[in-house]
Amino acid sequence: MQLGFIENVMFSLRTLYNTYGYAQYTMSKFEEYDLYARNKDFLISDSVITFTDTNGKLMALKPDVTLSIVKNSKDEPNTVQKVFYNENVYRVSKGSRSFKEIMQVGLECLGAIDDYCICEVLTLAVESLQHISPACILDVSHIGLLSDLIDRMGVPSEKKAELFKCIGEKNTHELQNICREVGVDDVAIGTLKQVVTTVGKPSNVLPKLSVLLSDLPSWGDFEHIIRALENDAISEKLRIDFSVVDDIHYYNGIVFKGFINGLPAAVLSGGQYDKLMQKMKRQSGAVGFAVYMDMLERLDHTVSEYDVDVVLLYDETADLAVLRGKVSELIQGGCRVLAQREKTETIRYKQLMQLRGNEVEILENNA
Amino acid sequence: MPFLKQGSNESRYLNVALPKGRLGEKVLAMFEKAGFECPSIHENNRKLIFENPACGVRYFWVKPSDVAIYVERGAADIGVAGKDILLEYEPDVYELLDLKMGNCRMAVAAQNGFRDDPQRTLRVATKFANIAGQHYLSKGRDIDIIHLNGSIEIAPILGLSDVIVDIVETGTTLKENDLSVIETIVPISARLIANKSSYKFKSEEIETVVRELAAQTEAV
Repeated sequence: MQLGFIENVMFSLRTLYNTYGYAQYTMSKFEEYDLYARNKDFLISDSVITFTDTNGKLMALKPDVTLSIVKNSKDEPNTVQKVFYNENVYRVSKGSRSFKEIMQVGLECLGAIDDYCICEVLTLAVESLQHISPACILDVSHIGLLSDLIDRMGVPSEKKAELFKCIGEKNTHELQNICREVGVDDVAIGTLKQVVTTVGKPSNVLPKLSVLLSDLPSWGDFEHIIRALENDAISEKLRIDFSVVDDIHYYNGIVFKGFINGLPAAVLSGGQYDKLMQKMKRQSGAVGFAVYMDMLERLDHTVSEYDVDVVLLYDETADLAVLRGKVSELIQGGCRVLAQREKTETIRYKQLMQLRGNEVEILENNA
Repeated sequence: MPFLKQGSNESRYLNVALPKGRLGEKVLAMFEKAGFECPSIHENNRKLIFENPACGVRYFWVKPSDVAIYVERGAADIGVAGKDILLEYEPDVYELLDLKMGNCRMAVAAQNGFRDDPQRTLRVATKFANIAGQHYLSKGRDIDIIHLNGSIEIAPILGLSDVIVDIVETGTTLKENDLSVIETIVPISARLIANKSSYKFKSEEIETVVRELAAQTEAV
C-alpha cells in the first residue's frame, strides 16, 4: 500500500529520532485538568476540552504533550531522558474558533542537559524540517539573552510583555514608542532595534551581534552553541532571528521556530524550558520541540489522480469463482481494483472493465 | 530523504495585498515609486489581480479588513492594513513599518453631557469587540459589549449603549450626532505587514520594499 505524504514524514521522523537514541513515549489521551489550569500560559491556546471522570475528577483531553511528559518524568538531575512522541492533541483552531484534533510529533530531552543536548536538539529540528522539504529554515533566538538586554535597558516588568510582543512582530516603531515612554535612552533603543532586525546565517550575524551583546551574561551560552553549529552541515538552514520569542516565564535559553517554503506559519516550534521544569518542582533542565503535522496537509501532492486503477463490473450471471480469480489476478498485477455491479459516477478510474463469462472486456481506458 | 523537491511550492512573485479604496491607491503609488510598477493595474477594468513579471510583483485589491487574513494565511506575502484591524484580529504577522498614512484614532465616544456611573456595567457598542474588551479589562471595568457592524453612532442616541468604541478621523460624524470623544484608546495608521514564512524565503524582496517605503515615509 502506498503511504501518504504525512505518514511518510511521520515514519521518517520516528526513525530519525530513534537513530539518536530517543525512545518513543506513549500516553493516555486524558490528563487531569489541574495540570493545565496551573500552566495555562504554556499552552498555545488556553481553551481545553474537559469532562468529569467517573470518580468525580475533572479531566481534560490533552491540549499539549510536553506538560504530561515533564509531569511523568523522573526528577534525576544527573541523567538525561530522551523521548519522542507521536500524539494527537486537542486545541482551538484560530481560524474556525472550534476545537480541532491536531497530530503532533516531537521530542523532549530532560534532565542534566548540556550544550551537546541543545546542539543535538537543534540538529534534529533542522533534520526534521529537511525530511519535510529541502526549502526550510530554522530561526534561532535566545530568550535569556533578550531578557538580559531588556533588563539592562531598565524596562519595568509590567511593560516587558508588551515589548516582547513588539519584538515578535519585528515592530520596531511601536517598540521605540514603548521604550521612550518608560525613559529608555535612544542608544539603548537603537541597540534593541538592531538586535531585532539583524537576521541571517550565524557566520554573517554573530560578529555584528557580538558588538551589541557580548557583555551580557547569557551571551557566552548563546555564542558557544551557535559557534558549535556554525560549520556544521545544518548551518545552511539556520538563521539567527531574535524575533522568535516565547513566554519568559517558561523558556530561558535557546528558542526556535521552523518554516517550510509554501506553508504560511511555523511548522516546528521549540526551545529550552528550564523555568517550566522549576515550576513543576524539577531540579533539572529540558529542551525539546514539536512538529505540527496537520500543517503538512497543504504540502501533500501525493494525492492520486485516480481513486482506483480498475473498476471491474459484473452482473448476476457472473461465476463467483471466475470473478474472484479475475480480481485476484488484477491485484497481483499491481492494480487497485473495485469490483461492483454498477459503475459509481464519482469514482475516478484508469480502466473500466466488464466481466463477460470467463473473459474481461475493457470498456474505457483513461490512463 | 525529503519528500518535496526544492522549489516545488515557490512563487517567483512578491504577492502584495492592497486595501481597496483611497488608502490603497496611495500605497500603490508608493510601491510604484519604489520601483514595483505594474502598468496593467491602471487599466480601466474589473480585474482584481495584476502582475508585472518584469519586476516580479503581483498586486491584489482586497477588502481592507481582509488584508491581514490574506497575509497571515500566506495568500499574500505582504500587505497594508490599518492598525485597528491588527489590534482587533491579532493576526500572526510581522508589522514591519508604520506608513504614517490613514491617520486616525480608536476612541471612546458618548453623547455630550454623558456621565459615567462606575457602579453600573458600561454598555459599549462597537465593531471592535476585542479592542474595546482589552481596553476596559486593563482598567478593571465591567462592560457589556454590543457588537454592531455599522452606524455605531446611533447606539447611544437610541439608548442601546452608554458609549461607543470606534475609529474617529475628523470627528464630524460624532459632532453631527451630538457625540464627542471622551477618551482616546490608541492612534491608528496604515502598517506594512508580512507573512512570517514569506519573510524567510523572500527576505531580500521584502526588505527592499521596507527600505524603499521607509525612505518615502521619512521624507514626508
